[in-house]
Amino acid sequence: MDIRPILSTLMRHKIASLLIVLEIALTCAIVCNALFLIGDRLDRMNKPSGIAETELVRIQAASLRQLSGNDDLNKSVSREYLDTLRKVPGVTHAAIANQLPFGGSSNNSSVNLSPSQQHSTLNATVYLDEGSLLETFGLRLLSGRKFSADEYQDLAVLEKTGNEGTIPGVIINRAMAEKLFPGQNAVGKPIYSWTGDKPIPVVGVVEELARPNNPGEGPYSMIFPIREYGPGLHFMLRTDPARRAEVLEAAIDALKKLDPNLLVVNQDLFTDVRARYFEADRSMAWMLVVVIVLLLLVTALGIVGLASFWVQQRTKQIGVRRALGATRGQILRYFQVENFLLATVGIVLGMLLAYSINQLLMGKYELPRLPLHYLPIGAIALWLLGQLAVFGPARRAAAVPPAVATRSV
Amino acid sequence: MFSYYFNLALRSFRRNKVLTALMVLAIALGIGASMTTLTVFHVLSGDPIPQKSDRLFYVQLDPEPMRGFRAGQEPQTQMTRFDSEALLAQKRGVRQTMTAGGNVVITPDKPGANPQLVDARYASSDFFPMFDVPLRYGRGWTAAEDAANARVVVISKELNDSQFGGADSTGKILHIAPNDFRIVGVLDTWRLVPRFYDLYNDNYGLTESVFMPFSTSRELELGTQGNTNCWDDSGGDSRSLNAPCAWVQYWVELESPAKAGDYKRYLENYSGQQRAAGRFLRPTNARLRNVMELLEFNRIVPGDVRLQLWLAFGFLLVCLVNTVGLLLAKFLRRSGEIGVRRALGASRTEIFKQCLVEAGTVGLAGGLLGLLLALLGLWAVRQQPASYASLAHLDASMLLLTFALALLASLLAGLLPAWRAMQVTPAIQLKSQ
Repeated sequence: MDIRPILSTLMRHKIASLLIVLEIALTCAIVCNALFLIGDRLDRMNKPSGIAETELVRIQAASLRQLSGNDDLNKSVSREYLDTLRKVPGVTHAAIANQLPFGGSSNNSSVNLSPSQQHSTLNATVYLDEGSLLETFGLRLLSGRKFSADEYQDLAVLEKTGNEGTIPGVIINRAMAEKLFPGQNAVGKPIYSWTGDKPIPVVGVVEELARPNNPGEGPYSMIFPIREYGPGLHFMLRTDPARRAEVLEAAIDALKKLDPNLLVVNQDLFTDVRARYFEADRSMAWMLVVVIVLLLLVTALGIVGLASFWVQQRTKQIGVRRALGATRGQILRYFQVENFLLATVGIVLGMLLAYSINQLLMGKYELPRLPLHYLPIGAIALWLLGQLAVFGPARRAAAVPPAVATRSV
Repeated sequence: MFSYYFNLALRSFRRNKVLTALMVLAIALGIGASMTTLTVFHVLSGDPIPQKSDRLFYVQLDPEPMRGFRAGQEPQTQMTRFDSEALLAQKRGVRQTMTAGGNVVITPDKPGANPQLVDARYASSDFFPMFDVPLRYGRGWTAAEDAANARVVVISKELNDSQFGGADSTGKILHIAPNDFRIVGVLDTWRLVPRFYDLYNDNYGLTESVFMPFSTSRELELGTQGNTNCWDDSGGDSRSLNAPCAWVQYWVELESPAKAGDYKRYLENYSGQQRAAGRFLRPTNARLRNVMELLEFNRIVPGDVRLQLWLAFGFLLVCLVNTVGLLLAKFLRRSGEIGVRRALGASRTEIFKQCLVEAGTVGLAGGLLGLLLALLGLWAVRQQPASYASLAHLDASMLLLTFALALLASLLAGLLPAWRAMQVTPAIQLKSQ
């Protein structure tokens, strides 16, 4: 099909053509970026925690007896709770955790590779293992070993030692190991953190352990063999996924029976903890979906409106063409090709615009660069949309009878 | 003339229902989306205390050691307890308060009822007059009660409603095990948006349930809540007076914004003295920001809300371009009619006016529908889990803005088509009839 007559017609309707091109370009740019943002949110939401998510429930509880701040009392109450929870039918592992992945509040510390470092190497979140954290969380050890029984100490005791305290080992996650010791085996190497200029040797590396929240410091986590007791800690129970709700209920009942002064701050399945943490991301992703759909709808309606106008305006010319021997198919294709040309120009402009918007967002919201594969997705979407939108008016054009040419002159 | 054009516009809508509906819908969607996000943004970025936000200042000092020092960097975002108490004792502002968030367990009177963990705020006495806290019953506590570590509390309206059925509870006892506190005041409805005095707890959260003297909270070692940043060994208690930890918010009220310079110099002198005494090691780096500067600096409006605002305006732009195209089609379709009017003596300006009236009418209709969509959108926002969600309501000024925006948008969209329409040459149109 010769596109010259189409081009010359478009040149005679510069403003209307430009408007369609502009609308398609803007839509294309916004849709590409919105798709990218959705992908970014989905990536975030699918982030692995490294723990046995579907098998864990969490009880954040304290006893009113613990509020006096007495270390020995804190310890005995926490141990008592933990022992009771271990006996609940269905519980395979139980542990005390100071924090949990995607749980919100966190304890973080800077980490150095040498004691005299001026600026710290990275900031990692600090998990404290009371004795059974690794088995309960279900962490996968990549290299090294777990803590041995004699490496554990009480936080209350460590705090009182002032600058003299030491920590005999630390387990770090893979991201941290690769950042600190790229290309090397981290096990056996020292890091410097809580204990100032006294080194803490890395004894193990776990595949993954996500941070409780995202303070923009990178995905670094470490575990110290330190027993913390006190109000507000998390009791983590591991069980069969199908029995979680039942086990949680039984566990609360057991604690209530044990201690009438029980104060439960939180009781939930870990999967709910996770869902809550990513709720904002999920609703943002849905909002973006709605925006994309509405944008495509508005653009399609705009194309329908202008194409209908053109068809009406050119009814007589269409009649003449038909009278001169053009088939219905040729008329139909004329409008389809016209729309394809406009959409192509719009998409090319839209790509450039998409990239500049992405540059702007990168500066403002610390987003990564727009991956190239989003561009063809946007392009195909708009080509299809244009063809769909123009089909109705084009069919009406094709239905114009040749006799129109002879009328009203 | 205006009413005649308005009449013409309505007739034209009736003749061309689908095209008109498309335009109204496009504008309505654009307006609805922009007004929803703009309202959320407006609520979240507003001035929480307009009557004195330019006289309330947040203080920051730099008490860290040289390790990790970079010249010109932002000092600790909060204050140490030591510096806060020192500045508080020197009383260099009209009023000043040191404050921190916490939580306490309220134990019920009747046996069997469940204890309740609630948010608390520890503050020195000027907190109430400084932040214009409305009190329904009683009063805030006094400086003397601060000094005496008095067991007194001020409670929120909600707590008073749930514990005392809304009656005047001043003089009554609140149990925060193992101590008894005398209630001296009950708040009226009070919610700051954002809760600017402490940006390290939920910024858009509800008002705390219990307020008590800072000194009392430290004597009883009650639990704190928020960010704590320690740069040296705190010896097990990061809340002790000399702990090298920043966790306190310090606010000062000055007589006028102009006094800020003097106060800043005072802070710099204080830093100098502390350095001379060997407590501070870094070069003087004091910051003093008023309420709005502080909110702006901390970029307190969530990034997602800003992003949604941009997205909505991008959407509105597409809707506008769309409307320009449709209006153009609509006006030019009536070239014949316009030609007749021109031939009968209507000037180009009159044609232009007629087209703009039509565009404006589309805008108003779009605005009305857009308002409904915005109400729907805000309802959807309120269903979200974010703590600011419940605040998303349209106020009178946003209502007016909706219509202004719709009218302006449609008039802008009408300019180009109207200009094209007025250039229709009567002769050609009449000839081709």
